[in-house]
Amino acid sequence: MSVKQALLALLEQGPRYGYQLRTEFEQRTGSTWPLNVGQVYTTLTRLERDGLVEADGADGEGHVVYRVTDAGRDEVAAWFTTPVARTQPPRDELAIKLALAVTTPGVDVGTVIQQQRSATMAALQDYTRLKREGDLDLAWGLVLDSLVFSAEAEIRWLDHCEARLRRAALERPTPVATNVETPEVAR
Amino acid sequence: MNPLSSTVLHLDTVTRIHGEGATEVRALREVSFRVAAGELVAVMGPSGSGKSTLLTMAGGLDAPTSGTVSVEGVDLATLGNAGRARMRRTSVGYVFQDFNLIPALSAVENVALPMELDGVRSRAARAAARAALEEVGIPELADRFPDHMSGGQQQRVAIARAVVGERRLILADEPTGALDSETGEEILRLLRARCDAGAAGVLVTHEARHAAWADRVVFLRDGVVVDETGADPADVLLESRR
Repeated sequence: MSVKQALLALLEQGPRYGYQLRTEFEQRTGSTWPLNVGQVYTTLTRLERDGLVEADGADGEGHVVYRVTDAGRDEVAAWFTTPVARTQPPRDELAIKLALAVTTPGVDVGTVIQQQRSATMAALQDYTRLKREGDLDLAWGLVLDSLVFSAEAEIRWLDHCEARLRRAALERPTPVATNVETPEVAR
Repeated sequence: MNPLSSTVLHLDTVTRIHGEGATEVRALREVSFRVAAGELVAVMGPSGSGKSTLLTMAGGLDAPTSGTVSVEGVDLATLGNAGRARMRRTSVGYVFQDFNLIPALSAVENVALPMELDGVRSRAARAAARAALEEVGIPELADRFPDHMSGGQQQRVAIARAVVGERRLILADEPTGALDSETGEEILRLLRARCDAGAAGVLVTHEARHAAWADRVVFLRDGVVVDETGADPADVLLESRR
């Protein structure tokens, strides 16, 4: 996750200290990706080392306040204008699990799919409940929509897997979608 | 109060077979489910899974081969054609993907039509229709004709028509199918609000994002309920008490 760029983008709106940065980050993203304050300070130290931010003294209560440098501003601008890389897909446990399930004798793939679909649907219902419950601010609303759309995509993909498996089971003499009674024979 | 009395729709071991012999198709196989007042239930499944058949059964437009369908405790099979038609005009509201508004009638006339057909006097029916249009957020469009409305507005009129006159069961068949994602969401918000206000709703959809507005999601495959998610029915009964 781009904590570094996100903090820089927040600092571009004015000097802040670590705890403030954490609070603002979580406000805008609905605490979907919790940040601990230690992580914020480690990142700030690294940003300072790279000349992207500089410490700007302390406020009345002794918090060290950081401000963005010109190099930091350039970095933020570059972040906003560069697409997020899709070349290296993030590791997807579910895709890996299904790929192994269809190739491992004795696994009931149909049940794997069904259980996952129920679980993902339950998550989707939770997200939708959050949307229903009140006036979300725009930023958090969009993050929530992103979670909604990816859960939906996962369910569509599971439906698709199920349909593919059924077709494969019909086309082949030995069913793959259901539990094979004697794995030895299948080998 | 008996908790079962808040059940609005009850399908009990419903089987529907079309044709016979080699061409026999089992559209639904021993499907049972209940929808309580205040509850929205989504039915999901691929085409051919039996979800539309389920909805036509619930609305009394088709009868099961075996099993019973009851609306507010009345077995639809005991009603006869005239009785079922009356039930459709007075207790059940439908919302379709393609809105099904009558183009020659204005919004308020479309909404008032089922009540007028049921013998309610025109003035009273129109007043109820205006109130229903107000409820779905488009009182200003009452005198407009369907051709001069956007898809989202037409669907709002259709929802007003489905809820006018205190109907307690709303059956929606892919109501967001012809709408963009944001307009579709507004329609779901309306359906949801109507159920929160005490109606029982069944939403047939193939979109998970829309099904997620429901309290429960029932998955159909080849006419069989394969899975169900969401609130425990017992909780729902308690919640509807509040």
